[in-house]
Amino acid sequence: MTSLLINLSGLAAIALTVWWFWLAAKGNKQQSVSVDEKLEIQVKDGVYEPDRIRVSAGEETVLHFRREDASPCAEWVLFPDLEVSAQLGVDQITEVTIPAADAGEYPFHCQMQMYRGTLIVG
Amino acid sequence: MSDKSPASPQTFRLKGVSCAGCVKKIESALGDVPGVDDARVNLGDKTLVVQGSAAAQDCIAAVESAGYGAEEVRASARELREQQREDEQNHYRQLLWRAGIALGLGIPLMAWGLLTGEMGVHNTFQQMAWGSVGLLTLAVLIFCGGHFFTGAWRAFRHHSATMDTLVALGTGTAWLFSMLVVLVPQLLPESARHVYFEASAMIIGLINLGQALEVRARGRTSAAVEKLLQLQDANARVVRDGDEVDIPIEQVQVGDTLRVRPGEKIPVDGSVVEGESLVDESMLTGEPLPVKKASGDALTAGTLNKNGSLLFKAEKVGADTRLSQIIQMVKNAQSSRVPIARLADTISAIFVPSVMIIAVVAALVWYNLGPDPKVAHMLVVLTSVLIIACPCALGLATPMSVMVGVGKGAENGVLVRNGKALQQATGLDTLVVDKTGTLTEGAPKLTDIESDSDTDTLLQQLASLESRSEHPLAEAIVSAAKEKNLSLSEVTGFEAITAHGVSGDVDGKKVLLGNRKLMQREGIDSGRWHKQAESLAEQGRTAMYAAVDGAVAGVIAVADPIRKDAQAAVQRLKKLGLRIEMLTGDNKATAEAVARQLGIDHVHADLLPEDKEKIVADLQKGGAKVGMAGDGINDAPALARADVGFAIGAGTDVAIESADVTLMRSSLHGVADAVELSRATLRNIKQNLFGAFIYNTLGIPIAAGVFYPITGMLLSPVIAGAAMAFSSVTVVSNANRLRFFNPSHNSSADNGGKK
Ligand SMILES: [Cu+2]
Repeated sequence: MTSLLINLSGLAAIALTVWWFWLAAKGNKQQSVSVDEKLEIQVKDGVYEPDRIRVSAGEETVLHFRREDASPCAEWVLFPDLEVSAQLGVDQITEVTIPAADAGEYPFHCQMQMYRGTLIVG
Repeated sequence: MSDKSPASPQTFRLKGVSCAGCVKKIESALGDVPGVDDARVNLGDKTLVVQGSAAAQDCIAAVESAGYGAEEVRASARELREQQREDEQNHYRQLLWRAGIALGLGIPLMAWGLLTGEMGVHNTFQQMAWGSVGLLTLAVLIFCGGHFFTGAWRAFRHHSATMDTLVALGTGTAWLFSMLVVLVPQLLPESARHVYFEASAMIIGLINLGQALEVRARGRTSAAVEKLLQLQDANARVVRDGDEVDIPIEQVQVGDTLRVRPGEKIPVDGSVVEGESLVDESMLTGEPLPVKKASGDALTAGTLNKNGSLLFKAEKVGADTRLSQIIQMVKNAQSSRVPIARLADTISAIFVPSVMIIAVVAALVWYNLGPDPKVAHMLVVLTSVLIIACPCALGLATPMSVMVGVGKGAENGVLVRNGKALQQATGLDTLVVDKTGTLTEGAPKLTDIESDSDTDTLLQQLASLESRSEHPLAEAIVSAAKEKNLSLSEVTGFEAITAHGVSGDVDGKKVLLGNRKLMQREGIDSGRWHKQAESLAEQGRTAMYAAVDGAVAGVIAVADPIRKDAQAAVQRLKKLGLRIEMLTGDNKATAEAVARQLGIDHVHADLLPEDKEKIVADLQKGGAKVGMAGDGINDAPALARADVGFAIGAGTDVAIESADVTLMRSSLHGVADAVELSRATLRNIKQNLFGAFIYNTLGIPIAAGVFYPITGMLLSPVIAGAAMAFSSVTVVSNANRLRFFNPSHNSSADNGGKK
């Protein structure tokens, strides 16, 4: 009886992991936030919030990052495909200028790739 | 970084502000300060922004009179860095504290377990005792490891999983299971009534310790940018209304006149108005010898004024200075992607959820097939796999090495544009080099003068004659005379004979200078001088006959001299396995003479600028990985076409932006330095990736218990925690080893300079 319960909960945990981190995460990708003057991207507790940011194609944009996490992981934000990077000060707003880019999705992340986000240019 | 003239807004950091009431008080206090147009407090980040012409001191005084504290925020790159370093220090101390407290609980617990073996719950007393230990552990988890849990939770809500997720799951599982044992031991088989509080506490402690060590090692990793930032001075001495005043460097504006005294650093970019001095530019160019600067010469921020006092006009300030651009470029390159990192990227994106699944599968296998005590084994395996699998080290492997490598390059005057260029430079097998300005000095010089009589007299006569000519070779002769302090005479009857030479009367004598055809035309027998001229031409020099009053007086030769260090650099590049091909617009004879002296086997002469690009493309079609070294503007298409373009000695803004690698020094040694450095960096990256992969790929099966049948032992979660924490430390330390990289050739040594 106990053994059945443990095995079942194990399998349930696997199913949940697959669903939540992969399947649901993909379904969730429609939600994104457009950039405006007031938008602050919080860098805190392992995530960017919001982590899907929409900007217009062919226009230079400025993103405002506010880092609240002192852990070294959060120190840099990198947009590798756009060759943009910035060092974020703790408890400060750092402006990151994104050059005009073609439409598409550009991932951004911290040095260790723990913090992850997507820049949607369209 | 921007100019902070009194008209632009000033920002202050506030202390003691906590509510909307404080905001009102401060804003009204500032309303009374003369010159304040608008004052706004941001409660969120505790800052105050003041518009208007009010002095900073008055604003601070007003805030203080309202009962709060304020300090001016000056966002210069250096101050930002200083603050970051302070934050880093605080974080380091905080991590050490957390590690100390957690280990302070974990180590005695573990010692107790090892010495007495009594970690089980079999009676009420043990229930009480372990229950209180459990609460103590909970306190440690919250105080020392709370950030793992909040991080894991926030990431979870975003459908993402991070290192925090693994740590939180691992330690959380161990604690929950142990609490279950304490509260309801009767539910579990006798053999599994064992608590794992020490594992939770130890893991939290070790991971904090690992992160602390990492923070410290990282600080050292970024030393290169720090060094560049330290080149910037905090103050500049501006001449205003005849007075010299010290002002913060942020306030210097374009057009200001500044004074630099001996031993001081040049604060901003500009050009000399008055005075003469030697300026040491080695910190930017790697060129060890100081450069003489006089009126009109350009000065670069960050370089050192050695012996004279200079008055100069600011032309570029703040983020526009070359130093700032270099710093920015180094920073960007340091964090750009290296193609080799793609593998690590892909892996870390799917890593954490995969590890969670592996952990559960392994746990189930142990539960169903493993020996007794099954529950305990299941838990140990689950926790160990989760803990050991953190992919942090993998993510760090490339950025850490690139950071050190690119910074090291900047120290040696080699500016790498991005990680891709760094990687491509390692695989080059062919280097095409533009001759003029790279292998040679780029300006023709008088190399030989031979005469029956006094050579100075002849030189004086020829220089006088040539001072009227506009031929590029004429300048070489005139400046050779000037160097010898010969005074030039008046020339009458000057005539330039196309494709032959020049003639004229100097001090009553008829002087001719030109080629053999000119001598024949004038009916002068070149006689024994002919052989002399031939041998000079064979050496790649342009030889000319000089005749005075109808008889040959001697021969002179002009050439673009080979750079002093070119031969050594070519040898070094060959040793690095590069095939060197020379490109030049010059004629074949001259080109081949230069190539012969330098030991270059392949020469392409008589080229037009567009031909250079075609040659690079042809080589690439043949499968070669081509590097191109040239001095910038006219070589731009070829530089862009090459796999790696090295802009030599340019240092102009355009070149910095367009070349893959910019060499601040006009020497081919820079190319060799760049190749050596990139190879060292890539080797370091590979070591790091290997190290990180080993931790993760070997770590997981070991934690899952594949060695159990052989050793009869499972990996303790504590060991897993330690291994995980130190994998990142290993990677960062290995990357730090790159700091000791030195190019195989020390250019300062052969110029007699010291660094
Ligand atoms: Cu991390």
